[in-house]
Amino acid sequence: METLLDILSWALLVVGGAFVFVGGVGALRMPDFYTRMHAASLTDTLGTILVLTGLMLQSGISLATAKLLAIMMLLLFTAPTAAYALANAARLSGLKPYRTGGNREQ
Amino acid sequence: MMQILGLYNYWVFAILLMTGIYIVISRTNLIKKLIGMSIFQSAVFLLYITLDKVEGGTAPILQAGAPEQLYSNPLPQVLILTAIVVGIATLSLGLAIVVRISEAYGTIEEDQIREMDS
Amino acid sequence: MVTFFGLFVLTLLVITAIGILRAENLFAAVMLTGLFSLLMASIFFILDAADVALTEAAVGAGVATVLMLSALALTSDREQQQRRRHWIPIVVVSVTTLLIIYATFDNPRLGDPGAPVHQHVAPWYLSETPRLIDIPNVVTAILASFRGYDTLGELFVIFTAGIGVLFMLSTDTERSPLTLLPNPDTEGLRHHQVPRIIGRLLVPFIVLFGLYVQFHGEYGPGGGFQAGALISAGFILFALIEGEAAALKVLSFRVLAGMITTGAFLYVAVGLAGIARGGNFLDYSVLLDDPIAGQHLGIILIELGVGLTVTGVLLSVFHAFAARRQHS
Repeated sequence: METLLDILSWALLVVGGAFVFVGGVGALRMPDFYTRMHAASLTDTLGTILVLTGLMLQSGISLATAKLLAIMMLLLFTAPTAAYALANAARLSGLKPYRTGGNREQ
Repeated sequence: MMQILGLYNYWVFAILLMTGIYIVISRTNLIKKLIGMSIFQSAVFLLYITLDKVEGGTAPILQAGAPEQLYSNPLPQVLILTAIVVGIATLSLGLAIVVRISEAYGTIEEDQIREMDS
Repeated sequence: MVTFFGLFVLTLLVITAIGILRAENLFAAVMLTGLFSLLMASIFFILDAADVALTEAAVGAGVATVLMLSALALTSDREQQQRRRHWIPIVVVSVTTLLIIYATFDNPRLGDPGAPVHQHVAPWYLSETPRLIDIPNVVTAILASFRGYDTLGELFVIFTAGIGVLFMLSTDTERSPLTLLPNPDTEGLRHHQVPRIIGRLLVPFIVLFGLYVQFHGEYGPGGGFQAGALISAGFILFALIEGEAAALKVLSFRVLAGMITTGAFLYVAVGLAGIARGGNFLDYSVLLDDPIAGQHLGIILIELGVGLTVTGVLLSVFHAFAARRQHS
């Protein structure tokens, strides 16, 4: 039972780390603002859920698990809202999305 | 090798200190100068907190059931707690002065302000 | 393993500082400064300074970023191009860096228990706190009781900064935030449902967490300064969502001024009560019959005073910036 929990939490942590890495690479390499926001918001949702679930499995049933659950709820509420607010602000101030083969407007 | 790793904090402190000073003396924008000053202050905090770490210690919150626990030094932490709050007080006052300068002169670049004054 | 993580974060700090140096758009520079404060908070936590990490995260990455952004909204957004290279500052700065690095080879190694800083006063504090004051958080005990004078001075520094900002930004009466009557329909995020709903959900929890940190400062990391910063961050979020008019109706400048002066007055009153009961200024042992209970009462009261003043000052400074009308 112990080793099963360990293997499961290892797998969750590694996959979560891989998603965070993909999000980071996307935030650097994507062509314009909106696609970069889309890549970076991957870190907020999927990365958060996987990494924090892996940590919760490691700490068993204790106060630390309750605190990790609270942190996960907070991050899931605030980070996508912040991404929405950023994209909305960019749209309202006139930033146009990237179109291939033509004007690339900044 | 452990000698170098043990000194890395101090080298980062030196680089941050000098970066802060360089921003203050070489950039003409007043808000950039204030940001440089806050980087300078943060470097000093890093130095003090580096001094307080004891190997094998933990945060200085006394735990009742472990009499043999080693604790890190609490005294620099008290000094830096005060310093952080004083730093933000001076930053807010500096920003208020910059806002009034911008409304009086129309710009916040130091060389243009000096030209308007002379 | 933790040391490698520490080295990684330190390297990120240097890269961020150089990024701030080279950023021409001031908005980007302010955002990078917020990131810098967050990295500093992680370093402090790795180096076992839990109270300091909480303060740096709340004050540096939270309130300082908002203040700088509101100042940027009132001035210009870009820095002008630096037209000439500055050789003398570069040479002076590089030479001083090399001198400091040369001087650090004599420093004690990180974590050395035999270093001079751990020898004299610190072991006395760690061993005498259970006997004299009996609270687990030694940092709060030193801050509030053993070195109470320093905290009184710091409280008056914040008080003075708040008064200074209000003086600066309210002498021009037609733009002053104290005579503000904005149109409630055009302020705030009226038309953006998602941030408004989520923000309204979060504000009570933020204020509740701030109160928890305030009263729990003796048993874990916390205390008056962190609590003040957190509660004012909750109210700043409310002001950003609902607009300045609604926020000033909830906590007007008069109430904020009352909070600032009450906090400072409470601190000094506790000190004078010590004299009235026969001890020294800021001596809490004589406040009640049992000296340890007196210490507890004294610490709770002055932390309350500190929390009130810090909340009042940070909120009034934010409103003074945010409610100022733009010049046409």
